[in-house]
Amino acid sequence: MSREEASGAGTFDCRQAFADELAALARADSRIVAVCNDSVGSSNLTSFKKEFPDRLINVGIAEQNMVGVAAGLANGGLVPFVCAASPFLTARALEQIKADVAYSDFPVVLCGMSPGMAYGELGPTHHSIEDLAWISAIGHLPVLVPADPEETRAAMRWVVASGGPAFLRIGRTKVPAVNPPDTGFQAGRWVQLRDGADLTIVAAGVTVSRALEAASLLASEGVAARVLNASSIKPLDEAALLRAARETGAIVTAEEAVVHGGLGGAIAEFVVQHHPVPMRIIGMTDFAPTGSVTFLLEYFGLTAEKIAARCRELLATKASKRA
Amino acid sequence: MLQFDDLGVERWRTRRTRLQQTDSPHRAELLADQSRLVRIAVLETIQRAGLGHIGGDFSVTDILVTLFDAVLRIDPRRPNWAERDRFILSKGHCAASLYAALASCGFFAEERLVHFAAALSPLNGHPNRRKTPGVETNTGPLGHGLPVAVGSAIASRLTVTPWRTFVVLGDGELQEGSNWEAAMCAGHRRLASLTAIVDRNRLQQGAPVSDTNELEPLADKWKSFGWDATVIDGHCHAALYDVLAKPHAERPLAVIANTVKGKGVSFMENGVEWHHKVPNAAQHEAALKELGR
Repeated sequence: MSREEASGAGTFDCRQAFADELAALARADSRIVAVCNDSVGSSNLTSFKKEFPDRLINVGIAEQNMVGVAAGLANGGLVPFVCAASPFLTARALEQIKADVAYSDFPVVLCGMSPGMAYGELGPTHHSIEDLAWISAIGHLPVLVPADPEETRAAMRWVVASGGPAFLRIGRTKVPAVNPPDTGFQAGRWVQLRDGADLTIVAAGVTVSRALEAASLLASEGVAARVLNASSIKPLDEAALLRAARETGAIVTAEEAVVHGGLGGAIAEFVVQHHPVPMRIIGMTDFAPTGSVTFLLEYFGLTAEKIAARCRELLATKASKRA
Repeated sequence: MLQFDDLGVERWRTRRTRLQQTDSPHRAELLADQSRLVRIAVLETIQRAGLGHIGGDFSVTDILVTLFDAVLRIDPRRPNWAERDRFILSKGHCAASLYAALASCGFFAEERLVHFAAALSPLNGHPNRRKTPGVETNTGPLGHGLPVAVGSAIASRLTVTPWRTFVVLGDGELQEGSNWEAAMCAGHRRLASLTAIVDRNRLQQGAPVSDTNELEPLADKWKSFGWDATVIDGHCHAALYDVLAKPHAERPLAVIANTVKGKGVSFMENGVEWHHKVPNAAQHEAALKELGR
């Protein structure tokens, strides 16, 4: 963790940007409603509730009903943002997400709040580290992980304009702005934040700023790492990925999720079929022990220093393969 | 996506006009005859496809025909008309009866029923709203229809558009907890535009419901969740029409429709094996005869 993050200066909780954008969307478009599961506070919906009391539908602690209700609201012509802690939204209501939202093709925006290990000490029941794997397995459902406040807002606008469903991870762990101003958002498009030819680090959400710091560390050693912000995990940016494989010959992925079936898994599936290169996948390997989110990110190797170490290890593999 | 069928829509309109203009006993007779035709269509559809859920199709037929012929404010030419009444078949495994009912209204041509469950057919084994007009949401796994219906009823209130929402639930399906999450939500919100009809045929896939999980006192359960509840004969068209046609105020309504699985064909009635058994040639002939064809 950088000194800046430790002090909190210049870093943001994406839930605030989410709340601001949701209110802005709702002011402009009467179809926008919010649906939640007793999560008005944790989803930052207090001001939305004040401004649009009728358009906040709190169904109580009942996630299956929450997602079904959202599908019904969409059937009635509305555009619901389902706002709930990601572990409960995705695990408890998985069949509703599959059948009522994705397969039925309703424009429901599934917002997984506080994903990854954001709940820290509350433990694995409250961590949402499997969500990327099981949501990615569902057809017709983009999986989006914005990395900073502006990208969060842009992703929300993109989903509404798309007219279809999407799963959107809304981070609680504070992050700095990573994208250049006015980057916007488009599913299937990754932003290259740093160029390099020695290897590529692909990161998403909270890990993006850490990947950039890792690249800085490597640069001081003469290693040029490319950094891609993979805010669209499904669909992938296949063109950017193919370029990364061809031009840098090695890929490290870093995600706040299990190492099976998430960002690293999706990239490996693509790369192995189109341009195989050595890879390292950094993420959670098991249920987490007790600890703060800061501790757990370090524990699972998601600090700049540890990401840089995995990059060095991979570069050694790449070099030995050449020799 | 299937397209509406002009001739079918005109026939449906003619039937509806006649139903509106006649008295109750004659209306019930007309609905009973239409139900007989829909059962024949279901039988032929399942026989041709070699699969289906005929027992539950026959228990729900009279409910579907009463709704589609006499109650629902719909326009088969405009299946996405914003103000339409919504009908959701939560027990989606009875898709064949829903398809037969939709075809009888002209949502698509009745001849298309021959494609039920065929490769690449829009008429999937469970209903798909993207392929079949008149289907409001994709069902199949149980316990999904009522939450979606609750959302539809909330949307009607929020948009100040007075459509009604009807959902048919199997009785075995009520073992799914999501129904009770939705029932609590609808009762709390006093969603009077919502009507849930329980197809109370007392049999689930492999056993009587009461041997699996006793549901009684079922009407009291709904009442305790803030609903009005009434118990009727689910094969009595006059009773179905009386309870479904009249909008109710104040609270959502649960209609517990006592039905017989396999209704209309003596050797199928109350037989647990007819949940998804397909009649052989001799049984098919015998069933057709009993259904008056």
